[in-house]
Amino acid sequence: MSPRSNRTEVCIPSPTWASASGMSDDPRFGLSRHVTLPGPLRLDGGGLLSPVDIAYETYGALNAEGSNAILICHALTGDQFVASEHPRTGKPGWWTRMVGVGKPIDPARHFIVCANVLGSCMGSSGPATVNPATGRPWAMSFPVITIRDMVRAQAMLLDRLGVGRLTVVGGSMGGMQALSWPATFPDRVKAAVVIASTARHTAQNIAFHEVGRQAIMGDPHWQTGDYYGGDAPSAGLAVARMAAHITYLSEAGLTEKFGRRLQARDAKSFGFDADFQVESYLRHQGLAFTDRFDANSYLYITRAMDYFDLAEEHNGHLANAFRQTKARFCLVSFDTDWLYPTAESRAIVHALNAAGAPVSFVEFKSPHGHDSFLLDAPEMNRVVDGFLRAEQ
Amino acid sequence: METLRPDLAIIAANVAPRSRVLDVGCGDGALMAALRDSRGVDARGLELDAGNVASAIARGLSAVQGDADVDLADYPDHSFDYAILSQTLQTTRAPDVVLEHLLRIGRHAFVSFPNFAHWSVRWSLLWGGRMPVTRLLPVEWYATPNIHHVTIDDFRAFLKTRDITLEQAWFLSGDTRRSSAAANFLAEHAVFLLRR
Repeated sequence: MSPRSNRTEVCIPSPTWASASGMSDDPRFGLSRHVTLPGPLRLDGGGLLSPVDIAYETYGALNAEGSNAILICHALTGDQFVASEHPRTGKPGWWTRMVGVGKPIDPARHFIVCANVLGSCMGSSGPATVNPATGRPWAMSFPVITIRDMVRAQAMLLDRLGVGRLTVVGGSMGGMQALSWPATFPDRVKAAVVIASTARHTAQNIAFHEVGRQAIMGDPHWQTGDYYGGDAPSAGLAVARMAAHITYLSEAGLTEKFGRRLQARDAKSFGFDADFQVESYLRHQGLAFTDRFDANSYLYITRAMDYFDLAEEHNGHLANAFRQTKARFCLVSFDTDWLYPTAESRAIVHALNAAGAPVSFVEFKSPHGHDSFLLDAPEMNRVVDGFLRAEQ
Repeated sequence: METLRPDLAIIAANVAPRSRVLDVGCGDGALMAALRDSRGVDARGLELDAGNVASAIARGLSAVQGDADVDLADYPDHSFDYAILSQTLQTTRAPDVVLEHLLRIGRHAFVSFPNFAHWSVRWSLLWGGRMPVTRLLPVEWYATPNIHHVTIDDFRAFLKTRDITLEQAWFLSGDTRRSSAAANFLAEHAVFLLRR
């Protein structure tokens, strides 16, 4: 299914989407919401953040028992537009295959919340937002944040929305949040779905991120982060995206899609144009990314991911992270994902078993590497649907 | 509720209500679903095949994709009341190690397997000179997942040498129960309840 083909079915909020039982009149609920919470948010790095801006969307309505809330956590460069049109790119939501009417996460049955993570650039507090103390963008004076800080900010939002217990769902960095949630709020999480994710960043994960950060910081436009109002370090950010994008794919996927085919030419140019289709594709991916993402946000969020080590937060034993929680867990990995390979999911399953937590896990075959979780995966949908429907 | 395979029906009828069960080789979760629905059992499954795991999860069960030969080592001691291994023992690379894990993880273990000393198997080898392809062992020698065939008497002898307590045993011919008399010759299928 091409992204375009499902555009009509997801982008327009139908009457069932945000309007049930009087929620439509409440400005807290609906598309493109924004809230400024007083905070302060105590950060893992030691500082306090206040106020805390959070941009988010909600679909569906919280039921009378308050039992149908699902928080969707987005990945590194994702955003709150999980099932509605992105305001800058005009593209459909990033997970319309999973979220929408008739999908496993369904606004007709669930109250769905997706918030832009702390440190990002789609409306939540981050380096590009204005520091109220100075009236200027935070830039690099924004505090370094962690995955757990993102989760605590989400909890503040959910308090505001009247959500108590909830189910958390996320892929990639969203999966890190979905793991951090029950570890941080053990009584609040009913169930967690963790897709193509990991409980810690490996040396290789950190290494790829460092390449991206150095590309940004090596761009003369970066200006130690004070580029707001001038030219952004787009060339550096584009290279960061290109390097990262390779890690989201697989060799087999790249070979199938591009092989060694040349781009709009019959012969090699004996120059340094994008001779190969794969070069042209990566350049396009890099460039398009700079239209929608802030370079400093990229630095902060990759840092948060690199700092993530759930075992380290619990005396070196991952099982300790889950000893307090009653949550059910569902983990999914993909066989060609070399960014967060199946072994990482298995290590989490092992820890959950050791902690006695109810856990399901399955590895699916897909040629598309890490990005598989965003693509058409009917088996993944079947598993997530069954898992979400099973109430204890 | 779907009809359970006869060996699974025996196991299901003999698991204590509201106990904790690990079903090793749980398939699509038929036994786990029956235990959950009829006995309030907290069942977890381990299964090699991704499609089966997906089916089990899709029916609301907790199932983990994994290999009994590899992944049982990850489960803590006595974390379940029962560990169940139905029709899977003969497919493992190291059945003795798998059995030791079952008895370590569960306070009791159910083990069921097709009896390779059943008369029809003997007949096939003796008169046909061919590896038996029977109702319970339906696959040709080159494709069979059953790599460690075992007989009821083999299994009893193994229990003795390993000092494993046999709590109860059930024997099946076709879909019907039969006595333990001459079971090694007459039973197609055996179910054992064991403990350490």
